[in-house]
Amino acid sequence: MGNYEFDLWVFMLAAFLGFQLIRGVSPMLHTPLMSLTNAISAITVVGAILLTGEKDASTLSRILGFSAVFLAVLNVVSGYLITDRMLKMFKRREPEKK
Amino acid sequence: MKLDDTLLPILYMLAAIGFILAIKWLNSPATARRGVIVGEIGMLLAVVGTLLRFEVVNYQWILVAFFLGTAVGIPIAYIMPMTAVPQRTAFSHACGALASALIGTAEYYKGLGVGLSKVTMVALIVETLLGFLTFTASMMAFGKLQEVLAQRPITYKGQNFVNLGVFAAAAGVGLALIFSPERSVLFPVFTALSLLFGVLLIIPIGGADMPTVIALLNSYAGLSASAMGFVLNNKLLIVAGALDGSSGFILSIIMCRAMNRSFTNVLFGAFGQLQTSAAGAGEARPVHSATAEDAAQILDSARNVVVIPGYGMAVAQAQHKLREMFDMLTKRGVDVRFAIHPVAGRMPGHMNVLLAEADIPYDKLWEMDDINPEMSNVDVALIIGANDVVNPGAETDPHSPIAGMPIIQAYKARTVMVIKRSMNPGFAGIDNDLYYRENTLMLFGDAKAFLSSVVKELSALVKV
Repeated sequence: MGNYEFDLWVFMLAAFLGFQLIRGVSPMLHTPLMSLTNAISAITVVGAILLTGEKDASTLSRILGFSAVFLAVLNVVSGYLITDRMLKMFKRREPEKK
Repeated sequence: MKLDDTLLPILYMLAAIGFILAIKWLNSPATARRGVIVGEIGMLLAVVGTLLRFEVVNYQWILVAFFLGTAVGIPIAYIMPMTAVPQRTAFSHACGALASALIGTAEYYKGLGVGLSKVTMVALIVETLLGFLTFTASMMAFGKLQEVLAQRPITYKGQNFVNLGVFAAAAGVGLALIFSPERSVLFPVFTALSLLFGVLLIIPIGGADMPTVIALLNSYAGLSASAMGFVLNNKLLIVAGALDGSSGFILSIIMCRAMNRSFTNVLFGAFGQLQTSAAGAGEARPVHSATAEDAAQILDSARNVVVIPGYGMAVAQAQHKLREMFDMLTKRGVDVRFAIHPVAGRMPGHMNVLLAEADIPYDKLWEMDDINPEMSNVDVALIIGANDVVNPGAETDPHSPIAGMPIIQAYKARTVMVIKRSMNPGFAGIDNDLYYRENTLMLFGDAKAFLSSVVKELSALVKV
């Protein structure tokens, strides 16, 4: 398949885009950034679903797929919630309350 | 089926756009929460799209796993204290990496690699190698951060040789699998070697190096997801993994720079071993110490104060008391700012999160490079639980183990106050010349207890 060449281009461009985007992130938010990208990389849930939901998957596939769905969903759920919980805490003090 | 041909690619593309915007909007705290929402929408589109694919016919296992993952994930997200964020992050790297490694394993055993092209096999091996090694490495990091394992780096003679040897063996077996995938007996060997390498990689890493290592593991977990994208021919996975991979990579570079060290030095040059003994031999030099009452008076009469927090503040849970002090001083017209070193804490940005949690407004949180030029106009620098990041030895002593590391120049302030338990050297075991200076006052005690006495003294100082 000649597809991999195209995939490599996608990877290369996405990595550069990532470099540019991350440089723009405020260092103050590096912890939320890490938990957010962690949740995003749990997109592996797509692969896990495909594996687990297949018509005649072997028992091994189902068990591994099931575990992978569990782990990825765990990361998606806790990753997004925790990122939001942290970001909620970053407040500016409202103009001089006296 | 129509759906798969037309709708699915669009859903995946929208998901990728959501992820990109999510990271873009993190550039400011004002837009960051909007970013989380688009990220969530992106994930939802991707998951719904995948569930509707015609290959997916068997739902019950998926739904059970969804339910379990959510049931475990929600309490983790809400119950966990903010001081435990580094552990949680290490743990989630472990989960994410294990997920991709398991999928890679299943893909391999599906047809024992028969019918897979060489390129796909390469991607599969990369995915599983990174997945398994990141899994064990992250669990080790988790153990060290949670203090189940000793935080101290453990080294032995020939360690780097052993580590490289194990890695080379894992890579070698991986290569053999790429060329003859049908030799399935090699796969468990490959798995075991990858897992072992992850453990060995973290053994020599000490607590102070955790920010770099966590960032690096973040990167590996992302790259593993990206490799899965190559195996499954899925651009969304490639893009999301690449974003995560580059994010972790940049963060670890930032961390290394903030310590003036190289990657190899962090990973292979266990730190803080030799110096401990050297510092122990140092004779007791005189220091100036002060009480909470003195400290309160000095703070009260200052015009501006810069607080420099370190991991010790987090350990003592002193951030809320610090906020009380901040409020009182602000009310009295003292300008209080917080200077945060990039490697303060156990992961990038850790201190900012703790101070934000204590309700300190984020416009008072300053980065090292922005505060340093102003330090000579500062009346009081108050150092809480930080040591190496304010050690002037990094600038003056070329033989110091931290020579060349950028520091927050607390010594330039008119008065320096250091809250510290005792004169024991800090994590890296390096003596700090700052403590013996004329304008330095040592405030001995637990950070939280000391700050609450300062707060008490401050309220007693009410002007009549």
